[in-house]
Amino acid sequence: MKFSAPIVAMLVLAGGGPAAAGIPEYALVIKNHVYQPNELKVAAGTKFKIRITNLDATPEEFESTDFNREMVVLPNSSIVVYVGPLHAGSYGFFGDFHRQTAEGRLIAQ
Amino acid sequence: MLGVALLVFREVLEAALIVTVVFAATRGVPRRGMFVSAGIVLGVGGAVLVALGAGFIAAMASGAGQDIFNAGVLLSAVAMIGWHVVWMSVHGRELTQKMRALGGAVRIGSSSLAVLLAVVALAVLREGSEIVLFLYGMAAGGIGAAGLAAGIALGLGGGVLVGIALYFGLLRIPLAHFFGVTNGLLMLLAAGLASSAAGFLVQSNLLPTWGNQLWDTSWLLSNGSLAGRTLGVLIGYQASPEGIQIAFYVATLLLLLAGVRWQRRHLPAQ
Repeated sequence: MKFSAPIVAMLVLAGGGPAAAGIPEYALVIKNHVYQPNELKVAAGTKFKIRITNLDATPEEFESTDFNREMVVLPNSSIVVYVGPLHAGSYGFFGDFHRQTAEGRLIAQ
Repeated sequence: MLGVALLVFREVLEAALIVTVVFAATRGVPRRGMFVSAGIVLGVGGAVLVALGAGFIAAMASGAGQDIFNAGVLLSAVAMIGWHVVWMSVHGRELTQKMRALGGAVRIGSSSLAVLLAVVALAVLREGSEIVLFLYGMAAGGIGAAGLAAGIALGLGGGVLVGIALYFGLLRIPLAHFFGVTNGLLMLLAAGLASSAAGFLVQSNLLPTWGNQLWDTSWLLSNGSLAGRTLGVLIGYQASPEGIQIAFYVATLLLLLAGVRWQRRHLPAQ
């Protein structure tokens, strides 16, 4: 699979690190209706935000019934969703518009 | 096709449950069928407009537009339902008496028809706009017209059937208790919608959480299950709620109860 420069940058950002506001930011990318990465390690016990970028030509809905979030991500755009603080554990999320392929987990530790 | 049916079913179900409870609560009011239909038509039209303007809404308020919009729609529905609950706390008895005397048709409650119309329109608009965005994506993704149509028909039919089943279930409640029960259901429904609105505002960091994951009953009933979703709409069930959601839920219930008491004391039924 070929990655363009912006995707690589976002995948690097996915490693995490405090953003300007002091709230850690993580990144997810949706491409071909799949989350990259599909497993995201986040810090337990602190509020954080996830920037989700949809590189597909169709809308997606970022959703989790484990940590109660849902927001539409339009084609070629990104959203920011605030989550937590979460207890340590594993939390599923999915793309409500493409459930068969768009699945992932947050690992809070 | 199955994917289309499942998504359409989930969204239609949520709207259908709200429409059903409000429709039951306006039992005996003439012309309510026409107003529900008008609410659905308005809601579908609104859903298409919201989907078309999704880019504009998403970009508002530096990215918080979607959440503010959703919370606004939900809180408008809460206000409408709340107004109806307070009004019915006095006129419900009157309505019951007249239904007994006249066998159903009652010349009362044109204001509750306006509430019915608005709540139905808002519920359909909210769930419908997601369906429109989803279907647009499916169509653009190359699903055939036949698969799309079959999926929509199955999902829509399933959701509406559940609503109809709930409606006939509610009709089995004896008339003497009927409006008491539907009024109680409306209060829980409104409280749940207010709690959802708080959840949307927390998601954009516009409200504090006041404690996250205060408890977790997902082992018993998960939010993602059909029963969990159904109770989520009807009574605001959340497996692991945030503190602010509980605050919105309790505050809505208390406000409605206070409104009902005030109404009974100051405006006794004729």
